[in-house]
Amino acid sequence: MPHTRRRSLLATYGIWVALAVVLVALPYVLNSGLAISTMCLMGIMIIFSLSYNMLLGQTGLLSFGHAVFFGLGGFLTAHAMNMVRATGAPLPLEVFPIVGGLTGLVFGVIFGAVATRRAGTAFAMITLGIGELVASSSLILRSAFGGEEGISVDRTRVLQLFGISFGPQVQVYFLIAAWVFVSMAAMYALTRTPFGRICNAVRDNPVRAAFIGYNTTTVRFLSFSMAGLFAGVAGGLAALNFEIVTSSAMGAAQSGTVVLMAYIGGVGNFAGPIIGAILVTYLQVMLSDVTGAWQLYFGLLFIGIVMFVPDGIAGLVARQQPVLVSGRLHEVLPRYLMALLPGLLALAGLSMLIEMTYQLTVNAPEGPAMSFLYVPFDASSPLPWLIAAAMLAVGLWLFLKAGRLALEAYGDAVEAARGNAR
Amino acid sequence: MLEIVFISTLNGVLYGMLLFLMASGLTVIFSMMGVLNFAHASFYMLGAFFGFEISRHVGFWPGLVIAPVLVGLIGMAVERYGLRQVHRHGHVAELLFTFGLTFIIQEVVQMVWGKLAVDYKVPPALDFPAFTLFATEYPAFKIFMLAISIAIFAVLLLIVKRTRVGLVVQAALSHPDMVGMLGHNVGRVFMLVFGVGAGLAAVAGVIAGPALVTQANMAAALGPILFVIVVVGGLGSLSGAFVASLLIGLIQTFAVAVNVSLADILGDTQMAETLSVWFSDIWSVTVAQIAPILPYLLLVLILIFRPRGLMGNRES
Repeated sequence: MPHTRRRSLLATYGIWVALAVVLVALPYVLNSGLAISTMCLMGIMIIFSLSYNMLLGQTGLLSFGHAVFFGLGGFLTAHAMNMVRATGAPLPLEVFPIVGGLTGLVFGVIFGAVATRRAGTAFAMITLGIGELVASSSLILRSAFGGEEGISVDRTRVLQLFGISFGPQVQVYFLIAAWVFVSMAAMYALTRTPFGRICNAVRDNPVRAAFIGYNTTTVRFLSFSMAGLFAGVAGGLAALNFEIVTSSAMGAAQSGTVVLMAYIGGVGNFAGPIIGAILVTYLQVMLSDVTGAWQLYFGLLFIGIVMFVPDGIAGLVARQQPVLVSGRLHEVLPRYLMALLPGLLALAGLSMLIEMTYQLTVNAPEGPAMSFLYVPFDASSPLPWLIAAAMLAVGLWLFLKAGRLALEAYGDAVEAARGNAR
Repeated sequence: MLEIVFISTLNGVLYGMLLFLMASGLTVIFSMMGVLNFAHASFYMLGAFFGFEISRHVGFWPGLVIAPVLVGLIGMAVERYGLRQVHRHGHVAELLFTFGLTFIIQEVVQMVWGKLAVDYKVPPALDFPAFTLFATEYPAFKIFMLAISIAIFAVLLLIVKRTRVGLVVQAALSHPDMVGMLGHNVGRVFMLVFGVGAGLAAVAGVIAGPALVTQANMAAALGPILFVIVVVGGLGSLSGAFVASLLIGLIQTFAVAVNVSLADILGDTQMAETLSVWFSDIWSVTVAQIAPILPYLLLVLILIFRPRGLMGNRES
């Protein structure tokens, strides 16, 4: 028995130690300026999408206005920083995300009281309405939200502890990493509490949860408020990372992005929103440099996930666990690769079509000459269109064929794993 | 003053009817399939752009017919090959599917027609002032918009209340399994209804395009208001959607016409001066400026005082 207990202890805390090591080591490995600022953004988005998953993944609440808490947390943090700077109050920068978190909590309580009176689709619409209300009010109330220009801050002008000025981006990275670690641990711990379990119950079967004596509205309300708290922390971190907060931080686009992040990563798994936040942020930063139509790829990726992998990337990975355990991964993997190659071909064909259309419409002033995968050609001639269409059609056809084979292989492997277990 | 009231009422009713053209499709789709179609305003936008493109080549009138049919076909394809596949993953997945669709339609429209507003003009046959009211000329096109909206509303009501098709649709609304048992192809009814809903949105787009602005963010601007209408009217209630559409149309047009702020009302008394320091932000904001947020305020108020909506008869 002592052996298993030690092992479970290792399994419980080992992953957190590993996470801490990774968070500390990352800026030494990826030490370019772009990498560090991208990682800062990723950290902020990890907290934000994890907080969103408290609603969607854990309580079954689909909110379309979650950026409200992110934005309000950011604005209040910015105001607090400016106020501290003006009065010289002895508050170090490290604690300012708490201001954002408290703001998120307060507004979570206020809006939650209204929104969580309804569930399901109505809840989604109401959060959308509240999001629009707050976002458009922020443009009207100019002195509080700074209108189009937003509120600027200077993070180096507050109390400096241990001589850390937070001038260099890498110092901000460590601050964000610390907050990511704390928030992640706190949100994970919350899923393990009885409250977290009741949230799951309300998500899976509200009638039954109500029947055994829980007030589902109260549970949703508490979950909504807590999600507001952590979204506020993320907003506060964003304020001191970018040193500016604008009303776009709480707009519909930001609310939409967090839905995409959580869902692409996978809402059924704690790691899902983390994967989603990292992937979506990476795509936003990198893809927007490569192509002007990056948001289209984004929409297609999202639709693809919704249609074919509803438990997201994390769910896809988690489904390989029985195969891995039974030691049959080497049998399934070649089949996956067989499906992946034509899939990539189809993807190349599709993106070639998109890029050619883009070249002829948006980039029309630059003329039809373009290059795709370093191959230059003329987008106005029919040949590349034919090639792209053929790539898409053949790739898709082969992908569907190979995909069926891969699914069969997966099914066999899972079946065998079950047999072994028995 | 009378002039403002009259013109605003006319414009408000007009805007309200346009909103209802869209909200009716949305409501019917919602009450049949239980999924609120996020992409409904995107179909409206597609209607406007298709109408623009067709009217550029063959004229406005063919566009008024062809564009909604095309958009209706797209809607049917979306239901058949998209929504129906997603259905087994539940309502959240369906909602998210239509949400993702808004991104794709938005991007495709931007790719084809660009980000700036296109030059969608009122057809010459309707480009004249219909009547002059207190020295303001009221354009004939707006009267035409109003007439089309009311005509479609009347036809829709007749079809739903008086025909066999309407009977099946109404029955499929509340008892889909029973209707299926009786031998009707519920799947096909859903597909048709989705197509008709998308087509209705497109009609609104074709006729609103020249009057409002046809550009790539018109769906994002209108989408949330549609959901406000559906929630305020009561989820799944067609008559509720009608009342809410008119209400919001009137509120918004009247608010735009009223150019008064708190500072104007309270004048410059002693108390007003102290207040203006504290509420410097709200102080000089005119009613016209807050017109865009009024629907959302209405939504919150309705939720506080009547959570099931104006005419809804169930909680969610």
